[in-house]
Amino acid sequence: MSFQPLHFYQTGTFTIGNRLLAEEDLSVQSDIERTNSLNSGHRACQGCGEALGARFAIDAAMKAARGRLIAANATGCLEVFSTPYPETSWQIPWIHSLFGNTAAVATGIAAAIKVKRQKGEMGDVRVVAQGGDGGTTDIGFGCLSGMFERNDDVLYICYDNGGYMNTGVQRSSATPPAARTATTMPVGPEPGNAFGQGKFVPAIAMAHEIPYVATATVAGLHDLEYKVTKAMGMRGARYIHILVPCPLGWGSASQDTIRLARLAKETGIFPVFEAEHGEVTGVLKIRRQQPVEEYLRLQKRYAHLFGKTPAVETIARLQAAADKNIRKYGLLDQEAN
Amino acid sequence: MDKPFAITLDPGSSLANRTGSWRTSRPVYLDRLPPCNKQCPAGEDIQGWLFHAESGDYESAWRHLTKDNPFPAIMGRVCYHTCESACNRGQLDAPVGINSVEHFLGDEALKRGWKLTAPAVETGKHVLVVGAGPSGMSAAYHLRRLGHRVTVHEAGPLLGGMMRFGIPKYRLPRDVLEAEMQRVVDLGVTVNLNSKVANILDTMQAGAFDAAFLAVGAHIGKRAMIPAGDAAKIIDAISLLRSMEGEDKPMLGRRVVVYGGGNTAIDVARTAKRMGAEPLIVYRRTREKMPAHDFEVEEALQEGIMVKWLSTIKQADESSLTIEKMALDSKGFPQPTGEFETIEADSLVLALGQDVDLGLLDGVPGLQVSDGVVQVGANMMTGHPGIFAGGDMVPAERNVTVGIGHGKAAAKHIDAWLRGEQYVPPPKHEVAAFANLNTWYYTDAPKTVRPMLDIIRRQSTFDEVQGGLDEGTALFEARRCLSCGNCFECDNCYGVCPDNAVIKLGPGKRFEFNYDYCKGCGMCVAECPCGAIKMEAEEI
Amino acid sequence: MLKQTEGSHAVAEAVALCRPEVICAYPISPQTHIVEGLGEMVKAGEVANCEFINVESEFAAMSVAIGSSATGARTYTATASQGLLFMVEAVFNASGLGLPIVMTVANRAIGAPINIWNDHSDSLSQRDCGWIQLFAETNQEALDLHIQAFKLAEEVSLPVMVCMDGFILTHAYERVDVPTQEQVDAFLPPYEPRQVLDPTQPVSIGAMVGPEAFSEVRYLAHAKQMQALERIPQLAEQFKEVFGRDSGGLTHSYLTDDAETIVVAMGSVLGTIKDTVDEMRAAGDKIGVLGITSYRPFPIDSVRAALQNAQRVVVLEKSLAVGIGGILSTDVRMAMSGLQLHGHTVVAGLGGRAITRKSLRALFAQAARGELGHLTFLDLDWNVVNKQLERERTTRRSGPAAESMLRDVGVIAARIG
Repeated sequence: MSFQPLHFYQTGTFTIGNRLLAEEDLSVQSDIERTNSLNSGHRACQGCGEALGARFAIDAAMKAARGRLIAANATGCLEVFSTPYPETSWQIPWIHSLFGNTAAVATGIAAAIKVKRQKGEMGDVRVVAQGGDGGTTDIGFGCLSGMFERNDDVLYICYDNGGYMNTGVQRSSATPPAARTATTMPVGPEPGNAFGQGKFVPAIAMAHEIPYVATATVAGLHDLEYKVTKAMGMRGARYIHILVPCPLGWGSASQDTIRLARLAKETGIFPVFEAEHGEVTGVLKIRRQQPVEEYLRLQKRYAHLFGKTPAVETIARLQAAADKNIRKYGLLDQEAN
Repeated sequence: MDKPFAITLDPGSSLANRTGSWRTSRPVYLDRLPPCNKQCPAGEDIQGWLFHAESGDYESAWRHLTKDNPFPAIMGRVCYHTCESACNRGQLDAPVGINSVEHFLGDEALKRGWKLTAPAVETGKHVLVVGAGPSGMSAAYHLRRLGHRVTVHEAGPLLGGMMRFGIPKYRLPRDVLEAEMQRVVDLGVTVNLNSKVANILDTMQAGAFDAAFLAVGAHIGKRAMIPAGDAAKIIDAISLLRSMEGEDKPMLGRRVVVYGGGNTAIDVARTAKRMGAEPLIVYRRTREKMPAHDFEVEEALQEGIMVKWLSTIKQADESSLTIEKMALDSKGFPQPTGEFETIEADSLVLALGQDVDLGLLDGVPGLQVSDGVVQVGANMMTGHPGIFAGGDMVPAERNVTVGIGHGKAAAKHIDAWLRGEQYVPPPKHEVAAFANLNTWYYTDAPKTVRPMLDIIRRQSTFDEVQGGLDEGTALFEARRCLSCGNCFECDNCYGVCPDNAVIKLGPGKRFEFNYDYCKGCGMCVAECPCGAIKMEAEEI
Repeated sequence: MLKQTEGSHAVAEAVALCRPEVICAYPISPQTHIVEGLGEMVKAGEVANCEFINVESEFAAMSVAIGSSATGARTYTATASQGLLFMVEAVFNASGLGLPIVMTVANRAIGAPINIWNDHSDSLSQRDCGWIQLFAETNQEALDLHIQAFKLAEEVSLPVMVCMDGFILTHAYERVDVPTQEQVDAFLPPYEPRQVLDPTQPVSIGAMVGPEAFSEVRYLAHAKQMQALERIPQLAEQFKEVFGRDSGGLTHSYLTDDAETIVVAMGSVLGTIKDTVDEMRAAGDKIGVLGITSYRPFPIDSVRAALQNAQRVVVLEKSLAVGIGGILSTDVRMAMSGLQLHGHTVVAGLGGRAITRKSLRALFAQAARGELGHLTFLDLDWNVVNKQLERERTTRRSGPAAESMLRDVGVIAARIG
């Protein structure tokens, strides 16, 4: 387990907070004084998973850094909906430069902080970089890899919603197989995104043997906060990849964002784990295993799989991918089987 | 900082952008009626008192509970807790052990000597209560709390009514019963024992009572027409149980046959077992059809009590009974088979139901009696103004919990009637159904099993069979409550809102929506564990 | 302190004296010696409180610079040619965000065909990127301009490119006067940013700006360059007071007062031109030179003032605006607007082609005779060009032009059949 479950039987650790918990056991999000790093008034869609994930992650990072945090942000939904002139939703020092250079901008910030600290001009300020999957796994990948291999003191957070949602839902290298996007339409002999393509950047991050790599979802707040806090307690390059469902791009109901993230984890489609220096050290086990179909059916991007003649084989391939994750990462408790 | 124009912005300035205007539907907080509360015959706010117990504040829990029911220690032992059958948690793993937590709270109150809250004002009205059983004492309590003078007339020598004379002490220890009765008396209720009311109108006139609540128990055992020899020892169950409270215990012999399938039959059989007899229950249908609660049957069987299913008693003699075997017909009714057998029996106890002695009502104008019970309106009032009735006397299921509920309801109506008003109960909230819950958020916790007395001791003594929870297990059990339909401040709505449009008001104050920014995504509703938020269409 | 040293090293020493806080480096010829030198100095501890970061690309180099500059660190990097093109998106971003990064561009041609030698195609391709571009004539000036560049950049909150000719300056060993730390400190105060990423005063930098304010933002970028136009001569004056040298400024005039012909150019070629002019002056030709130091902002008034009494202007530039002719010429001609002057564009020295005094003298004489056309390619081998044009006219699959022409001039004849 990634975190020690609290012995609280009414609600366990799964709710955001609880009146009965000791202060030190409360999540950052339950705090009446939380930073709200990403404040109200932003222009994200209703039920935006990225807006939620960003507040979860950055609030936790802010707490860990005792308020001394600077964020660099890639171009993308998060940037566009948070900072259209003349208003910004950010309550922390924040910079947007380009789509593909966020990791490098963060490296620069970290370098500046290091020098300023040496000179006694600045305290221990920490740096996070954040971007969507396009800005991370595609266009920003070179800078990301460079930041990793130099082991720069940056926590990079990728909010993965599986596509270029800001530009109108095009395919990225994080788009899952069979998913409909504007550039992988559900037409032709293999409708939707192709199988056998794409990349799982957490695994590539691990190959850099950086101090910390973790995945998380917006459905597991305690796990997410634990990982951000843990990452903030370390130095060097760290990477957290957070699955953030996108009602617009996934064609899902706005209230189902967390439910979908939960299903992604519970089906095994999205493995939730952590790794240190290239080795997996913790796995968030599946609690109530679900068939991938439960996950797919809620999303219009997979609607073509459930037409008059259901695409049984394609669904089976997606199930096989989930099963592979379950085997590879040991997502099921042996006792539970 | 002299910031560059447009490309650099002041923090948090997006508050100027009121995204609430995007909304087509809005979330609203509500309280739904938990199924346990809906089910409780005594009208307890179970979820409400569990809420206090969850934080370990047992006194608040007890005070919350006793607003509706002054006898938690008794309830915790004898209530058939249909609330637990209604409990949503039953669909998740096993129902919350509501009854056992109530038992714990009741005992805790006795142990700590907590007192019931005295009335704040005196109304000067005087109400007569006939019968010091659960219904009568419940009414006395509620009437007293409302500031009325209360005088209870009890025919018997002790308080408790059927709780004393109908329930064996291994289920309800008498010190517990007496303590909870006394606590009501301590509120300033006058009790006249050994004071049978012969005629209600005379008594009311004599005492200048403003109203009366009749709660006479069903103390008369029903007899069946069984041909019996002169020497046959036949006794009715309720008399037997009553005689257990006196000095002279009845002589039943070794082989005791109990005839009937209700809870009283089980009580009698288990009582006989404790007196050293070998009881045999004879019942005309099958176990599935038996009206006694299954857990009581189960406990009886564990104690070694035998049951002869599908059998009727045709003839009773000095030391034997003639039994006819029955068979269920296609509709499930037992039909005689013509097949007989003889069994040995030193005595036969008839547990075939009870009747109420309605003699005190003779000559009361307007009063209606049918099927041996008094007819009352929705306000518990009989056809005679000012005379109310409840418990075993009125058409309803007969058990302690129902009686206590009647007492509470009658007290409210009497109070209103005394003021020349009519009591209108507040409208019920919609029920919190299982489908309203998001059970992901509750961890899987098994029901705490109440410690059971050692089986040998249970067969030979009248020690209490079902023990109580200790504090740790009671807390555990309380915290298994899902808080159906009622916010328990888990912070989920506060946490899952992508727009920070939920304002946390602080402990005990719950939350508020900030509709300036709420976009109406509905995530708070979907992720509320207990169904305390719903979406409403926005008027556009 | 006078020393005989390589141009790159002189620049590295100058940058080190400016107390940089973050340096990002990615190798590309011919700027490598500069960052090599700085890297060694930082690693050896000779530059205190400085982070030297080996990045994975020029795009990252400029991006790291953006991050560090936005956090208030004095930031430096260097590049050339393809490297500058690879970082272009970030180059525009740095100026758009108003970050005072200083970058050396060791000017080099742009491929294809790939060519490592000097011309001005690279930085001139970034004419409109919003950076200030200063061109050094000598290694001494290259050194001096870096010191001025930091001060200028930080005062007006704009990034500055110091352009120096690749190899011709970067790899040339010359005598330079390296100032002392005290001198540099007296001239260049610590960086006080106009905006900075600071947890005690959080701001959002890099907002999305729509039509309602975009024009104003762009105008303000222009206005800052206009401020720089005023500050550049003042800084040169201040520099002279501290260091005792004329360096920088907007333009340098040489023998222009009575000149009938004025040659306009940028960078190291000015030395060769001046030598030629000296020869021609000795022969009685009224010819002068206008060197442009500040290409951006472009000193229209200063250029116009210098040219207004001449009869003809020859803009000799190491760059080509394909499809029209000159790049620098376009700007010079804008400055000449309304003046009755003959204007000539001469494209010279592309891809490292040597510009000789002999060729220049012939060229200027031709101009003085009024025989020079509007656009001239100095020392172009017409034979090769015509051959290739003929080949392309007659053969569909004529093959790669560069390789064909190299074969024609015999450079790779031995290796390619």
